[in-house]
Amino acid sequence: MMESLAVSLVNAVPALSGVPLWTMTLLVMVVVAAVVLTFALLYAGLATYVERKVAGDIQARIGPNRVGPLGLLQFLADGIKLLLKEDIIPAKADRFLFALAPYLVFIGSFAAFVVVPFGVGLIASDLNIGVYYVMAISSLVVVGVMLAGWSSNNKWALLGGMRAAAQIVSYEVPVGMALLPAVLIAGSLSLQDIVRSQGGLLGIFGWNLFHNPFTFVSFFLYYTAALAETNRTPFDIPEAESELVSGYHVEYSGIRFAFFFLAEYGDMFVVSALATACFLGGWHVPFLDAEALPVAWGNLFSLGVFLAKALGLVLLMMWIRWTLPRLRVDQLMRMSWKYLVPITFFNLLGVSLWLLVFHGKGIPRMIASLFG
Amino acid sequence: MKGPVDLVFYVLAAVTVGSAILVATLPNIIYAAVALLFAFFGVAGLYILVSADFLAATQVLVYVGGILVLIMFAVFLSSRISSVELSNPVHFRLPAAAICLALFGVLAHTAVSPAFIPKPQVTYQPTTAEIGELLMTRYLLPFEVASVLLLAALIGAALLSRPDRPDIPRPDMEEP
Repeated sequence: MMESLAVSLVNAVPALSGVPLWTMTLLVMVVVAAVVLTFALLYAGLATYVERKVAGDIQARIGPNRVGPLGLLQFLADGIKLLLKEDIIPAKADRFLFALAPYLVFIGSFAAFVVVPFGVGLIASDLNIGVYYVMAISSLVVVGVMLAGWSSNNKWALLGGMRAAAQIVSYEVPVGMALLPAVLIAGSLSLQDIVRSQGGLLGIFGWNLFHNPFTFVSFFLYYTAALAETNRTPFDIPEAESELVSGYHVEYSGIRFAFFFLAEYGDMFVVSALATACFLGGWHVPFLDAEALPVAWGNLFSLGVFLAKALGLVLLMMWIRWTLPRLRVDQLMRMSWKYLVPITFFNLLGVSLWLLVFHGKGIPRMIASLFG
Repeated sequence: MKGPVDLVFYVLAAVTVGSAILVATLPNIIYAAVALLFAFFGVAGLYILVSADFLAATQVLVYVGGILVLIMFAVFLSSRISSVELSNPVHFRLPAAAICLALFGVLAHTAVSPAFIPKPQVTYQPTTAEIGELLMTRYLLPFEVASVLLLAALIGAALLSRPDRPDIPRPDMEEP
C-alpha cells in the first residue's frame, strides 16, 4: 500500500520522478507514521481531559474548568508542565534501564496503531497478520513495565512491575481466545478483512456481535479481559494506590512519566478499536455501503463511524473506572485462569461448531434468507 | 550492496549478532536479558525481510512475550534482588568452545551446501493460511506431539507449585 501511494505521488508530481522508489516509499511511510502518531497523541491528551471530566461528573464535582473554555486546554497545560519538569532519576536506580523502560512501553503501545482500520482506506498498513501483530507487539509493554519496576530500585515499583507483568501475561490468553471467533468468521487475521466480513445490507445486524450467541458472549469476554490487560480499574492492581503508592512508575516524573501515561491511554484506544473492528462492524456505516461512495466521502463517513464506536468504548472504560471498586490480586488471577480462559475456550469451540454446522451463516443472515 | 533491501539486511544482521554477543558476554543478567530483547527483534526483522510475517510475529510473541518475561521473572524472584550481584558466571570454557565450534561447523556446512541456496525473488504473499493448513494436514503428528509435550509441562508446573502438605490451605484459593 505504501508503494502504491509512493507511485501515485511520483505520478502526480513530475519533479519527483528522478527519486528512487524506495526513497519515496520511505518518505510516505514516515509521513503516515507522523499522521498516526499525531492522532494518537492528540487523542491521548484529550482523553486525559475527558477522563477527569467524567470523574468529576461521577463524583459530583466540576473537574478541570480553568484553562480555556470548559477547561478544554487543560491537557496542553499538563503537557507543557510535564515537559518542563525536572527529570529526576533516583540515585540508586539503574540509569540506563530506567531511561529505556518508558520508551519500550510507549513503542509497544503505539506500534499497535499501525493496523487500526480507521476507515475504508484509512489504515497505516493493512498487515495480513493484523490481530496477531497487535498481540505480539504488546509484549514489549510487559518487558518495559518489568524493567521500569526493577530499575527504579524501589520495592513498590518492583511489586507493581511484577504484578503488571503477571497480569498482562495472564490476560493475554483470554484476550487472544476471545478475538479468535472474529478471525474464524472472516477467515483472515487482517483487520480490514475482518471489518469487511461484517458488511452487507443487514445494517448493525451484520456485526459479528449478532452473528451467533457465542460471538455475543465473546465481545463481552474480550472487553473484560482487555480492560484487565490495559491495567485499568477494576483491574488496576499494579498501581493500587492504597497498597503500592502508584506501582511501576512511582519513581518516574516529568516527560518519562508522561510516556507511561500516554501509553495507558493509547492502550485503551487500541483495545476499543480492536473490539470495534472485530465485533461492532468497524467502520461500516449502518445501512450504507461506505466502499461504494466516492473515496473522500466514504473515508470521511467510515472514519466518523469508527471513531464514534471506538471512543464510545473508551468512554465506557472511564465510566467503569470511576464506578467499580478494585479486585484483589488473587481474585484477579483466579478470574483469568479459572473463569475467563475456560469460557473463552468453550466459546471458541462453539463458534467453530456453529460455522461448521451452519456453513458460516449467522443468525441475522438466516432470518434474512427466510424472507428472501 | 545492491539496494535498500541489502542495507536493511546488514543492519538487522548487525543488530542480531551484536546483541547476541552482548547476551553472552554481559555480566549482569538483566542487561543480558535486554540485549536478548534486541536480538529477538533483529531475528523477527530478518523473518519479515524474507516475507515470513507470521513467523516474525510468533517469534516476538513467544520469545519476547513468553521466554524473556519468564527469564526476568526468574531473576526478580531470586533472593538477592536488591543487589546487582546477580551475575552470569563463566564455567566449562573448553567444552563450551568445542560444542560451539562443532555447531558452527554444521551451520557453516549447511549454509554453503547447494541444498540451501535461497530463492532469488521474494514474493510477499500471506503465509498464515498455508501454515495453518500444513499444520492440520502434513505436519499434524509433530504438531500434536508438541502440544502434548507442552501440556505435560503445564501439568508438571501446576504439580510442582502445589504445597506439599494437604492440610495447609492454599492461600490464593481461599475466600476471605
